[in-house]
Amino acid sequence: MNGIQMDLISEDKMAKMAPVEKVRFIIDEVKSGKILVLESGLTPEEEANLIEITMSQIDPDNFSGIEMESYPFKVNNSLLGKLFKKNTIRTRLTVIGPAKQLKTLKKDHDLISALVLANK
Amino acid sequence: MGIIRSLKNNLAVFFKKLFNKKNARIGIYGPPNAGKTTLANRILRDWTGDAMGSVSHVAHETRRARRREGVIIKTNGNSVTLDIVDTPGLATKIDFQDFMAAGLDESEAKRRAKEATEGVIEAVKWLENLDGVILVMDATEDPFTQVNVTVIGNMEARSLPLLIAANKVDLEDSSPTSIRDAFPQHPMVAISALEGKNIETLYEEIAKRFG
Repeated sequence: MNGIQMDLISEDKMAKMAPVEKVRFIIDEVKSGKILVLESGLTPEEEANLIEITMSQIDPDNFSGIEMESYPFKVNNSLLGKLFKKNTIRTRLTVIGPAKQLKTLKKDHDLISALVLANK
Repeated sequence: MGIIRSLKNNLAVFFKKLFNKKNARIGIYGPPNAGKTTLANRILRDWTGDAMGSVSHVAHETRRARRREGVIIKTNGNSVTLDIVDTPGLATKIDFQDFMAAGLDESEAKRRAKEATEGVIEAVKWLENLDGVILVMDATEDPFTQVNVTVIGNMEARSLPLLIAANKVDLEDSSPTSIRDAFPQHPMVAISALEGKNIETLYEEIAKRFG
């Protein structure tokens, strides 16, 4: 049966992983052709780290990168956050897949519209 | 007013020397082809008479971060000294076939793709070593790109200043208001880095945000 596997990953599953494990897990799954929907997304630092690791994995003939779409973050501004230059960020749902199979059609504050292509 | 302003500036310089405060290190970020190097060149030409790097219609022309130290920007009696880092365009995917579509042959396209991936890694690493960011967005494009979301998130998480430059307003289909609506929590200046439109306003915001 032809099709594309889509895994919906719970917040609890991701919370059990260290940041480096999350990024490794995502890269491995996406490189195997899966599309992941992360219930609670990644922190901005983890997203930046994912971009960095993705770049190191690009192979011109086999893997051109990822399509990642998350809603803009919500920030809990606090005096302590400003003082220590560390705000609390509320992460939000994120979709990640192989760049050749997942295309974003539209995105705004509360909507991600994407197209999944059947052929690599 | 002039005397007070001058006194204020002198005091700022005095305290800066007293506490050996380093220049604010500001990164120019954005997706490929948003006009980052065009803006960096504009800033440097205006304040140092020099340029940062070459520009091209082919994406990922800048594949190495470039830093210029001690750029002094003076505006409305305020003065700010910055170290400016022009970074390669951030992306989550790089396909050599896109470069071939832009007219490069296969080996050149693959070489450019490889260098571009290294450039993105360098740009991400720089994020941890900055005091603020000028995020350049192409005002003719949808502002909700993942690159924009990730850069803004990283600045917000660190509570660091961010200034959005809505670039390419010289183009007819530009819509800087879409950018303002998308990220209303951050200051935005609509500019044309190519033509210099609104560039004085941008300098005023730079002095205000990063001074």
